[in-house]
Amino acid sequence: MRTSRWQIPALLALILFLIAFPYLFTQPFLQRTMILIIMWSVLGLAWNFLGGYAGQVSFGHAIFFGLGAYTSTYLFTEYGISPWLGMIAGAVVAVIVSAIIGWPSFRLAGHYFAIATIAAGEIFAIIFRNWKTVGGAVGIYIPIVRGDKLIDFQFHDSKIGYYYIILAMLGLAALTTYALERNRIGYYLKAIREDPDAARSLGINVTLYKMYAMALSAAFTAIVGTFYAQFVLYISPNTVFALNISIQMALVAILGGTGTLAGPIIGAAVLIPMAEYTRVYLGGRAGGLHLVVYGLLIMIISVYQPGGLMAIYKQWRQKETARKMQQVTDAAAAGKEG
Amino acid sequence: MSPEVTLLVQSLVSGLLIGFVFSLLSVGLTLIFGVMDIVNFAHGEHLMLAMYLTFWMWYLWGIDPLLSLPVVAIALFILGVFTYKVLIKHVLDAPMLAQIFVTFGLMIFLRSLAQVLWSEDYRRIGDTWVSGRIEIFGIFIGLPQLVAAIGAVITTGVLYIFLKKTRTGWALEATAENKEVAGLMGIDTERMFALAWGLGLASVGVAGALLATFNPISPEVGAVFVLVTFVAVALGGFGSVPGAFVAGIIIGVVQVLGGFLWEPRFKTVLVYAIYLGVVFIRPQGLFGQR
Amino acid sequence: MALLELKGVTKQFGGLMANYDVTLSVEEGEIVGLIGPNGAGKTTLFNCITGYYKPTSGVVRFQGREITGWSPDRVCKTGIARTFQIVRVLKEMTVLENVMVGAFLRHPQAKDARRKALEILEFTGLAPRQDQLARNLTIANKKRLELARALATEPRLLFLDEAMAGLNPSETNDAVTMVRKLSEQQITIVLVEHVMKVIMPLAHRVVVLDSGQLIADDTPERIATNERVIEAYLGEKYRAASRSH
Repeated sequence: MRTSRWQIPALLALILFLIAFPYLFTQPFLQRTMILIIMWSVLGLAWNFLGGYAGQVSFGHAIFFGLGAYTSTYLFTEYGISPWLGMIAGAVVAVIVSAIIGWPSFRLAGHYFAIATIAAGEIFAIIFRNWKTVGGAVGIYIPIVRGDKLIDFQFHDSKIGYYYIILAMLGLAALTTYALERNRIGYYLKAIREDPDAARSLGINVTLYKMYAMALSAAFTAIVGTFYAQFVLYISPNTVFALNISIQMALVAILGGTGTLAGPIIGAAVLIPMAEYTRVYLGGRAGGLHLVVYGLLIMIISVYQPGGLMAIYKQWRQKETARKMQQVTDAAAAGKEG
Repeated sequence: MSPEVTLLVQSLVSGLLIGFVFSLLSVGLTLIFGVMDIVNFAHGEHLMLAMYLTFWMWYLWGIDPLLSLPVVAIALFILGVFTYKVLIKHVLDAPMLAQIFVTFGLMIFLRSLAQVLWSEDYRRIGDTWVSGRIEIFGIFIGLPQLVAAIGAVITTGVLYIFLKKTRTGWALEATAENKEVAGLMGIDTERMFALAWGLGLASVGVAGALLATFNPISPEVGAVFVLVTFVAVALGGFGSVPGAFVAGIIIGVVQVLGGFLWEPRFKTVLVYAIYLGVVFIRPQGLFGQR
Repeated sequence: MALLELKGVTKQFGGLMANYDVTLSVEEGEIVGLIGPNGAGKTTLFNCITGYYKPTSGVVRFQGREITGWSPDRVCKTGIARTFQIVRVLKEMTVLENVMVGAFLRHPQAKDARRKALEILEFTGLAPRQDQLARNLTIANKKRLELARALATEPRLLFLDEAMAGLNPSETNDAVTMVRKLSEQQITIVLVEHVMKVIMPLAHRVVVLDSGQLIADDTPERIATNERVIEAYLGEKYRAASRSH
């Protein structure tokens, strides 16, 4: 897509707004919602590396989220290792697990992989529920460190510290996506998504590049997993290895538009406020209700607009351009006659 | 027989019996996949619906599961055709992503709808015509399980004969073989797709009614069975009906034996290991061809 | 030394012999036509050479090096490119992006790949359409795009699988001119065609497959009068005629 004249100023304005946000809006509820929107944007972008660019649908990304959360938390509570180091360790663990799941099934058609991720997701939930060393089904509470220092990855007086950390992660994920789109790997992943056999004929090692995409995807997901653990200060198999997390990651990306940079961010900006709103105003009773809506949304998007909101926007812009062109030619024709 | 041997044989028998039900479920899934290359991720939720339907007919009107079985099968057949017409038809030419997502969305929708409508509670059907158990050489066999196994075998057999011996069945197989050629031969492929969904879900309907006689019913029940079904379909070779049948039995036996020799709560892990093994060693499955 | 050598290549699917004991060689700079009736195993042979199938037995050598059973991407890296019988363009990518994917093989930097791709688009006459999505091209242009994409990998040997099927006479003419131009650029070409008359004026040499076996390997003039070849094609017509009744 070509950048138009107003896109760069608009982008700069958005970045400035995001940086100034916690000082413009000081209500805790708004700040919390914004943190969640950004967190899910990063998760959507992470899912997008594999699902959007390489076209490999995963329903098991909670695995990497959970591994990120558990690795840093375990290292911190047992050995006092900084969550920042634990975050890197978590990403490494997630990458290794991604290779174990991906390598066998990536050589085969897409549905083999999708099934493998569903199965693997359940396996990890079962293992962690029964693994006493890491707290079993109860999970782990993260001890509070007073001081609100960046190095501790904990903030209690205000959420602003968390806000800037997750915003930095969004910046990193967005830049990675931006670079990927302009780089050989990005082109190769798209080629694999479009037609794996054609990709092979052009010298692309299809399995290897799918593994790259999955490693990148897993690493970013795990990093956000650590962030989540530090933000909530409590993790359990039912929260971080939940199927819901896998579903919401995929949904954010497909709602906004897979295989684009803006898509997952737009998806999160639409979906998360909606989910938070229902959570707060409808309460626990409607717990299943937002999932009913998710299911409906996924079906509707798949059937009517697999390209998501971004595709709707692109179509609208094409129509606009065509309309303007028509006006110009009409005007020219009128000028000639006159 | 020593107690250990008795227990082992007991496990084997119950594994075999549940294996036949897995077979029926897998045949339904593989039929849809074979005809149109689409995996029904909502297969487990369709099973869940069939079980709830059986339950409510028993609970509200006291209809025995064996009596409601044909009604459930027909209802699921109609649901299958409906699902095809409303959802699946529109994604036939869509990217793989949309094809995978559409039934996955359906899965989430049905599962969470069941949670909202019927709560997370486990429900059981009390006394039915088939309650009780029989004893042969010190081995106990639950009557509901035995009837379920027999019902599953009969249904699979009928389905197989239908595919092999009737004109419509032959048209269905031709469509599975090659859509373009089938179309050229004058087969209405559109109708065949709808039929595959109808038959696939009718099989699930039968399995659901039979399972409801002894298995607790909850919104999550599909998740338990669907994983096994996916693995059986992969093991049998995507699209192969006899393959799915044999694979279902194998998995039933392995799962119960695994639970017996290892830890019951890890039997899912074992099933997943089988899946990985298939993917590694023989991705075309037992009966599939490459 | 021949550029490409096949020795006793056999491919079996279950009970079906798709290729049986095919031995042939292609010299540097040649244009070789590979013809045969429907189902003769031409595409199967292509797939055996380019790594999409693993031959059941036999040896494939490229520049003296054995490449039997290599994966398609490795085969491409050694310098063999191909097009597909049923076009496989990358539909949701632009024409330029399609060709860039090919060019990345020898030019890992995006700006170099882009330059190379633009060069090839110019050469193949697709430059005016570089920003169109591949899905919106006509069949003739899709075929041309596949050729451009294959060329972008800078092959020494190029396999074209029915590159001219479904084209109108003027489009076919363009394609023939293109193949000649490529040949002048020292690219060796093997063309699979079902229709003989396209091949005859273009190929230096024609090899004929029938029921998976090589039945002739000669100059186009001599092939045109070869008894066995005529018989194979007549047989097909006869079979086709009897089917239609």
